[in-house]
Parts: sequence; structure tokens; C-alpha cells
Amino acid sequence: MIEVTFTLNGSPTTVQVDDTERLLDTLRDRLALPGTKEGCGEGECGSCTVYVDGLPANACLIPTFQVKGRGVETVESLDPARLAPLHESGATQCGACTPGVALTALWILDQPELLKTHSLRELMAGNLCRCTGYNGIIEGIRKGLTEQAAREGRD
Amino acid sequence: MAIHQPSTLSEACALLATHNRGSDRDLAPSPLVPIAGGTDLYTHWPQRPDEHAKSYLDLSGIEELRAVRWRNDSLTLGALVTYWRLIQDRTCWSALPMLVQAARQVGAVQIQTRGTWAGNIANASPAADGVPVMMAYDAVVELVSSEGREEIPLADFYQGYKQMRMRPDQLIRSIRIPRRSFLFQRFEKVGSRNAQAITKVGVAIARSGAGWRVVANSVAPTVCRCPTIEALLDDKVTVRGPDDLATALSQDIAPIDDIRSTARYRRRVLARLLYFALRESCSAFE
Repeated sequence: MIEVTFTLNGSPTTVQVDDTERLLDTLRDRLALPGTKEGCGEGECGSCTVYVDGLPANACLIPTFQVKGRGVETVESLDPARLAPLHESGATQCGACTPGVALTALWILDQPELLKTHSLRELMAGNLCRCTGYNGIIEGIRKGLTEQAAREGRD
Repeated sequence: MAIHQPSTLSEACALLATHNRGSDRDLAPSPLVPIAGGTDLYTHWPQRPDEHAKSYLDLSGIEELRAVRWRNDSLTLGALVTYWRLIQDRTCWSALPMLVQAARQVGAVQIQTRGTWAGNIANASPAADGVPVMMAYDAVVELVSSEGREEIPLADFYQGYKQMRMRPDQLIRSIRIPRRSFLFQRFEKVGSRNAQAITKVGVAIARSGAGWRVVANSVAPTVCRCPTIEALLDDKVTVRGPDDLATALSQDIAPIDDIRSTARYRRRVLARLLYFALRESCSAFE
């Protein structure tokens, strides 16, 4: 066993884990945060997306010992009100990809300057969705960006 | 399994000197496996009990390895520099653009934020996307151990499938890439899709005052330079179509059939990638 101290959803957290444990399993099985899903287990589908020090990463590929001293945020930390544009556009359906999609989508909303160099589809390429065909996801993020820009324009 | 988490490079080297030194790695009691971003090592991790039994040297706490240093004549990447770090570096877009192009084709953002350039070298996959562009730019690998440092051109680093000119007690400390004026540079990758695909065949091409560099991946046991093609370009040999490159290419590559593609497909597609990329800039290409 190994003791790992890190910041989880804004709170200092210390947890005893197996040396071989993945962050995905620590979150789900030890820290009662089952919002982070396991899909492919090989870093392709993005269901297990979390933020590590503010950047999207696949929790299935991260040894828990590596988050020592880092900041980790999961889907449970998101403000549900910010997900409204995704709901309204029917972005996702069955729920397997939803937490990861929500995290990557809100990461983009937090730094729209990424769109100067990247398309939305490139930024979302690490979140596979087998239900909706992606158009609703892209539409939802666009809606969120537009509403956000309008709000900032008013302030 | 034991995890070692040094916070300095000298601590890491001391640990490797204790655990990994010896004439034969197999004789060492429990050699440490270095881990940086973990994106290769941890795929399908629960199904790989053999890997669970090993001991690891976690490099992620060694802050001195995170530096990106631009100088007038070179870029130096510390061993923990990620793909995403360079994608965010606008100097890189203009000075060494193939690094950005290749980085954007490694997995997707979630992999790019974790995976490292040095890890791409040390994982030694023939399908690595970062390695061909670094090799085409004449990158030099800096190795360190408790006995000192050593520099090896990336083009000389691989000796066979997953065989590297690196001892078990050495670590990659940095990668140095010379800055040059390029007359031509192009990275091409062919996979099953535009995103989240491992390369079936790829190539990085650069032309500078140092001459032509043509580096292919997924077509040999290692990422490899194509010296016969480079000589053909330096000599301005007339090329009338992709088939004219086939003989030269067969000297340089040794593709195989595997889960991602076939040897025949790889030969044909590489010849076409080269021909259509070079036709734009070479008058000898008709």
C-alpha cells in the first residue's frame, strides 16, 4: 500500500491505495465518486476523463501514485447549471460518455481561445460517443460558447 | 512491486545505480522501470499482472525535467515535456512545426496532456509519431546516469526492435533539436481514422542546409531514416511517379503484415505519400 495526498475537487485528500492502482479505480472504489466511468481501459474512449492540474486526462492510464501533490477534478465538481446547453441540444444519450464529454466541453468553455488553433471536433476527439453521432455534442458546446460570449458582452 | 518517487534527477540516478546496474539486466534483483506519462505502460493495465509485479521509478515529481528551453540555435525539451506543452507553444508552430503536427495526431487531448516526447523515444515503438519528426530534425538524446552524461543522435539510437543504445541505469534527461532554416518540411500520417489512430504508415520529410531527411514509421522494426531516398533527392534523380521510388524504398524499409496493415499496403502508400509530398518542391519529380 502507498499513501497519496492530493487535492480532490478542491479538498485536500489522503488515501491509502494499492501500488498498482489506477486513479480511475481509486476514485470509484475508495473515494465514492462513481461519476468517472470505465469504457475502453486503453485511453481511447474518454469516459474516464478527469482534470489533472486543470487539463483533461484519462484516469484509466494514471497510476494513483502519480497524482501525489496534484489537483484532480471529477465530473462531480462541475456546476450542473453550466451543462444546460448540452442538455438542450440532446448532446448525449446513454450516459457512458456523458461525464467525459461534460468535462472536456466545459474545459473548452473555460478557454475558448483554444478555438483559435483547434476545431471543436479535434478538441473533442478523445471522447467517443456511440449514441448521438456527435452533432448534438458540437451544437451544445457552440450554444454554450455563444451564450457565454453574450453574457460576457453584457458584463 | 515497489514505487520510488524521487524529486531530483540525482536521486533518480542513484536509485538506478543501485537497482539497475550490472552486466545483464536480468541478473539485477528488481530492476526499476522508469515511468513518465504512463500512457503506453498503463493501457489495459488490470489485464497485465506481469507488469504489476515490477518495481517502478516515477519521474513525474522531478520538476527540473519539465523545462522547455529555446535558444537561438536549438530547442531543448526536458524529459517530462508533454505533447500538449508544445502544442501550446507558438514559437514551436513557426520554428519546428512538424513537432506540433505530430503531437496533434497522438491520441487526443487526454493523451497529449500526459504523454511525453522522451517517453515516445524510450517506448521504442516503430509506430511512434513523435520520433520520426524529431529524427528528421536531427534531434540528439541526452542520457544521464550517476556516472555522467552522454549524447546520442536519435538517428543512431535504435539498434533493432525495442533495442536502444541506452543502459538500464541511464535515463533520458533531455532532447535537443537544432533550429535551422527549412526549405521544405512535411509530416504525413495514415491511420484508420483522423483521430485516435495508431499509424499504419507515416513519414517526416525535412530539407535544410544539412540536406534531405526522410524518416518513416511503422515500416521497419524501428522508426528509420531512408538513406537511399535521401541520396536520390540529393542527387536530383528524375522521378516520374510513385513506382519510381519503390526500388529505392525497398533498400530502406522492411514492412511486415500485422494487426494494423500489410507490408504491401505500407510499401505502396509510403511511395505515394513521398511522391505527392515531394512533387510540390522537387523539380526532378515530374
